Parts: sequence; structure tokens; C-alpha cells
Amino acid sequence: MDTLVAQLQRQFRDYTISLYHQLFWYVKGFLDDQFTELKKLQDECSPDFVAEVVSLFFEDCEKLIGNMARALDQTGNVDFSLVGSSVHQLKGSSSSVGAKRVKGLCVTFKECCDSQNFEGCVRCLQQVDIEYKSLKAKLQDLFNLEQQIVQAGGRIPQVDI
Amino acid sequence: MADVMRPEKLDMSNDTSSLGSPELLHVLAVDDSIVDRKFIERLLRVSSCKVTVVDSATRALQYLGLDGNHSSVGFEDLKINLIMTDYSMPGMTGYELMKKIKESSAFREIPVVIMSSENILPRIDRCLEEGAEDFLLKPVKLADVKRLRDSLLKADEMAFKNIMHKRELQANDIYSQLKRAKI
Repeated sequence: MDTLVAQLQRQFRDYTISLYHQLFWYVKGFLDDQFTELKKLQDECSPDFVAEVVSLFFEDCEKLIGNMARALDQTGNVDFSLVGSSVHQLKGSSSSVGAKRVKGLCVTFKECCDSQNFEGCVRCLQQVDIEYKSLKAKLQDLFNLEQQIVQAGGRIPQVDI
Repeated sequence: MADVMRPEKLDMSNDTSSLGSPELLHVLAVDDSIVDRKFIERLLRVSSCKVTVVDSATRALQYLGLDGNHSSVGFEDLKINLIMTDYSMPGMTGYELMKKIKESSAFREIPVVIMSSENILPRIDRCLEEGAEDFLLKPVKLADVKRLRDSLLKADEMAFKNIMHKRELQANDIYSQLKRAKI
């Protein structure tokens, strides 16, 4: 009979793996190796490091997406280089936290900015918005699982991807 | 979270030797991205470095007392072992920051590392030609920082050995002079 801790640990392991891996050819993993690098930097002295960095990242997403939306809203007078510069910043920070899908979308988004493709930019903006919120929810679930494990008296398993 | 240092004089330790224990490697990190600042700060702390992080080239110059608003008083005790700066920043780029640092007599010897998310060869060449210690692609790895730290400490060790060797030669020289004078 599985203990609660063992169940939670298995759930945690499975969920973590699912966040990294490509389940189907058209479904990209949410996270890449950089997220693993972030975890390496967390220890007893800085036990909330990963949560803190991703939190800053999601705040950054909100700010940058707001900037892009405002720039794209200037009908007939859109400054694509301004949008492009926000996309560049978003690409950078998503790369730093291992947000694989957001980063990938930024590549497409940047191309739309460079070719001044308004419809393309609007589409990309919508997708980026959906994507970061989706990642935010998933990571929140992951952190909740971690908390549950700790509260149940267990250790958070090391998951090798 | 205070991630921007104000340019007041820091409460530096009394260790004035450049060869303090490895833990005292003081790095000034410059990046306009709040996510990257958090990341590089942690990366450096984990590598036993003392870290000061600022959010722009302007603030970096203020911190170093190179912004023209300060006399040199108060900055001669500032001990920085390494400057790591992002390349693309609004206002002044990391490249321009490095040029200003290289122009200053006080800080030109400090190694400057440029970080960038873009792998643009002409950019890398230009930075290295201008005197960059290294050019790192983002996201920066723990291994990159370790490599930097090891090479800086080795350079320090080499400098130390050279000084000691020089002193030894001088001491031998004096000794032989004394001998000849039959003292």
C-alpha cells in the first residue's frame, strides 16, 4: 500500500517529466535544460530561488506583453521596432528560465516584427500571452506538489530528465 | 529586493591585498533584465563571489565613480576583481561601458566579460579586440563562471609568484653586493 508521500513523489516525478518532454510531435515541452540549471542553483541557503526567478519572469512577461499590446494598438502608426525590442527582451528572459515554448514563440514573433507583419504580430502576441499563463499555472501546480510532499514529511525527489 | 546598488562608498573589508582568499572575488554585474540580474547574482554567489548588481551601464559608471560627478575620493578603496556586463542594454551598451572602463586609469586593468544572447561573430570579435576578457553566450552556465574564476585566481597567483621572484632576485643581488664589500 503506497504511502501518501510515495504517491505524491511519483506524481511529482511524472509531472516534472511531462513538463520537459515532447509527448507528441506537435506538442513541445514546456521546459528545457535551463530550468534544470536553475534548480542546481537552489539549496538550503536559497530554498526559494527557482520560485523567485520564475515569479520575476512572469511579472516581466506581463510588463513586456503590455508594452507590445500598446505598441500594436497604435493603429496605422505601429512602431514595429519597439515591439521587436520587447520581443527581444522576452526571448532573453524566457531563455534564462528555460521557458521553451515562450522562447520558441518569440523567434516567430521577432520575424513578424522584422517583416512588419501586423496580423502575424497580433497572433503571436495572443499566443505568447496564452503560453506564459499556461506555464505559470503548471509551475504553480509543480510548486504545490513540492509543498505537499514536504508537508507530508517527504523529500522532493531529484528527477533526471 | 534591492537589486540596484547605490553609488555610496561600500563598507569594504580591511583586506587590501589583491590576493585575499578566493571568497573575496568581487564581481560587478550589469544587466537591464531583472530576470538575468537575479540569475547572474545567484550564479556568482554560488561560486563564492561577492556580487554587486546594477541595472544599467550608467549606474555601473556611477558605482565606479566614472560618471564625472565624483572626485576620485572614496573610490580608490573600491576593490573590483571582475566586471560582467550584458551587451544589449538601452542607453549605453556593454561594449560602450567596457570602452569607458578601459579609458580609465583606475579600472582599465579589471577584466571585463561581455554576455549576450546573440551569437554574432563580428560583435564577439569587436568586443575581444577592444579588450574583453571573454564573451559569454546567455544563458551563462555555472561552468563558465567557474572557468572565469579559476583563470582570474591563476592570474593573481602568477602575479604573486612574479612579485616574489622579483624580490628574491633583489635580495640575492643585495646579498652578493654585501659579500663583495666583505661586510
